[in-house]
Amino acid sequence: MQELINRLKELIADGTVVRAIGWKKGDMPYNPEPAYFEKPEDFDNFVYDGFCGANLSKMMIEAAKLEGKTAVCLKPCDTYSFNQLIREHRVNRENTYIIGVGCRGKLDIEKARKEGIKGIKSIAGVDIEGDGDVTFDTIYGEKKMAYKDLMLDRCHVCKGKDHVIFDEVIGESKDTADADRFEEVIKIEKMTPEERFAFFKSELSKCIRCNACRNVCPACSCRKCVFDNTKFDSQQKANVDSFEEKMFHIIRAFHVAGRCTDCGECSRVCPEGIPLHLFNRKFIKDIDTFYGEFQAGKDPEAQSPLTDFTFDDLEPKDAVGRGDK
Amino acid sequence: MYSIAKENLNSLYAAIAGSYDLFMPIKTAGQTNYGFWKEGAEGDIDTLKTIRSGKDAFFPQVEQLYTVNREIVPADVAAGDDAEKAADTPVRTKLKVTPGKLVDQDFVIFGMRACDVRAIEVMDNVFLTDPVDSYYKSRREHGIVVALACHEPEESCFCTVFGVDPADPSKAKADVATWMIDGKLYWKALTEKGEALTAKVADLFEQEDADAKVEEEKSYIEGIAKQLPNAELSLEGWGAGKTDEKFKSEVWDKVYKGCLGCGTCTFVCPTCQCYDIKDYTTKDGIQRYRCWDSCMYSDFTLMAGGQNRQTQLQRFRQRFMHKLVYYPTNNDGMFMCVGCGRCVEKCPQSLNIVKVIKAFAENK
Repeated sequence: MQELINRLKELIADGTVVRAIGWKKGDMPYNPEPAYFEKPEDFDNFVYDGFCGANLSKMMIEAAKLEGKTAVCLKPCDTYSFNQLIREHRVNRENTYIIGVGCRGKLDIEKARKEGIKGIKSIAGVDIEGDGDVTFDTIYGEKKMAYKDLMLDRCHVCKGKDHVIFDEVIGESKDTADADRFEEVIKIEKMTPEERFAFFKSELSKCIRCNACRNVCPACSCRKCVFDNTKFDSQQKANVDSFEEKMFHIIRAFHVAGRCTDCGECSRVCPEGIPLHLFNRKFIKDIDTFYGEFQAGKDPEAQSPLTDFTFDDLEPKDAVGRGDK
Repeated sequence: MYSIAKENLNSLYAAIAGSYDLFMPIKTAGQTNYGFWKEGAEGDIDTLKTIRSGKDAFFPQVEQLYTVNREIVPADVAAGDDAEKAADTPVRTKLKVTPGKLVDQDFVIFGMRACDVRAIEVMDNVFLTDPVDSYYKSRREHGIVVALACHEPEESCFCTVFGVDPADPSKAKADVATWMIDGKLYWKALTEKGEALTAKVADLFEQEDADAKVEEEKSYIEGIAKQLPNAELSLEGWGAGKTDEKFKSEVWDKVYKGCLGCGTCTFVCPTCQCYDIKDYTTKDGIQRYRCWDSCMYSDFTLMAGGQNRQTQLQRFRQRFMHKLVYYPTNNDGMFMCVGCGRCVEKCPQSLNIVKVIKAFAENK
């Protein structure tokens, strides 16, 4: 982490960049916040550890409009989002200096809470280097968890340790994948329509429409979202029943289809623990199946199958009704 | 004092639900939120914090206020029963306003923590002062609150900073106070409403002299509360009359930048009570409803002139100024935060009221 801080300070001091975007130490051992750093003393509070899960690429939409270059710390998976933003002409690459930061998987404090860990005073073993267990010092005694068991779900289907776009890389990364990316999707595909409906109903009925999933999503970068439109009732501020929120999520999933990099931020931020990534991942799986393997954000020059046309494209009739088989 | 074994709680829920609507923490799809209990539901009073607070009991996310319909006035009626005139009278309509139904049956809110009970007092100051909100008032009159002590507070809790006592729900403005101690729920009615509820389910209880046990539990909880990381959080500099000083501070610019502008903090908060009133167009009129709104949203308080808060800094500042300055200014110094810590746990960007208070203390 010190190497990263030194390098960022150096980039500001020599005028390469005017500011940096990274993570600021929280008041709890697990809640660092995305923040801007400009002056040398700002870096006293800089942190980069296992709890820095937030994907900072979307912040560059606004930051790259500022006077002078901005350095941004991106983990390997975050760089896919950044590439996709370039593809959509939403960020100014010229005004961005990308530091690819090392990653050995990011952590989810909810995983600890699920294990009954509470009253946390301090946490050890979450540094960016190291490979031991995570130790919690709590009011109710010392608790331990394996780093792997504390990881965000998305890290179990890690896209790999390589940054797909960067100006320089600091630190080592690890491919933390130990599960099949489409396993959960296949499980849902195998359900009967009634089971599937019941599953999504129970999950989406928890939605409180806080819009956290949309606001954090790098693919949701419309200047004015249709759901923020004060006309035509498209805001959907109120529901006839709690399951009506499905409309919001289904529309959002369609809108980001072919553009979603599967960064997993939607599920990370959902206060109700709804596995929102499943919608997007189903679309990704279908795109892979029908148009050949495609990873959004891997190559900013590549055509997305959904916005491209070839004579080999699947006919709609072949896609429709496949659920009946 | 009355008591009931934890394994018999389901029969207690069933007994309460036999006489009242029972609103309580229920686990669905892995998360615990308040909802109406019915047979087969998984009541969960072990989870310290429901994701949403229980404020829905009195101030639901969506409620119908009234409907307006256009009714056609028959020509002869419009013409004053004059058949000749009726033939020349144009079709007339009149508007019929049907008010929404007020709650008129007692219902029970079970397992509410002391912080959330305090939050009801906060809302009372808003909805029960002139002009009194009849929808809220009817729920308050009919709601019976059963408060539950917090056996093991968590690090995100800081209710004691606002004078809330997690150990002794009998100090909260509830109708019944309960403690869960060693697999038994201890029950003490505090008000007439609480006595009436107790009488209905008394058959399920045992009588037990448990005062010493409860005292021991209280001091255990108090001991934990003292060790919480934010137990000593200072509110110095906040409160009534600080508008000018705080509004103009440059610290806001340092603390808001990570804010996504989502509504998570406002929707999980037990004291946020801002709402929007909108019309839904029906075939022959409108349905007027109100729904929770969030000061974090771009259309919050938007009016025809377009002059609402334009930047996220302004929106962010509004939320904390409301809680820590404006509300206390209008309510004898009472803060509009109860220290439940839900925002501490749920903000996607890890911003929260504690960080704001600390940032101001550091940048004096």
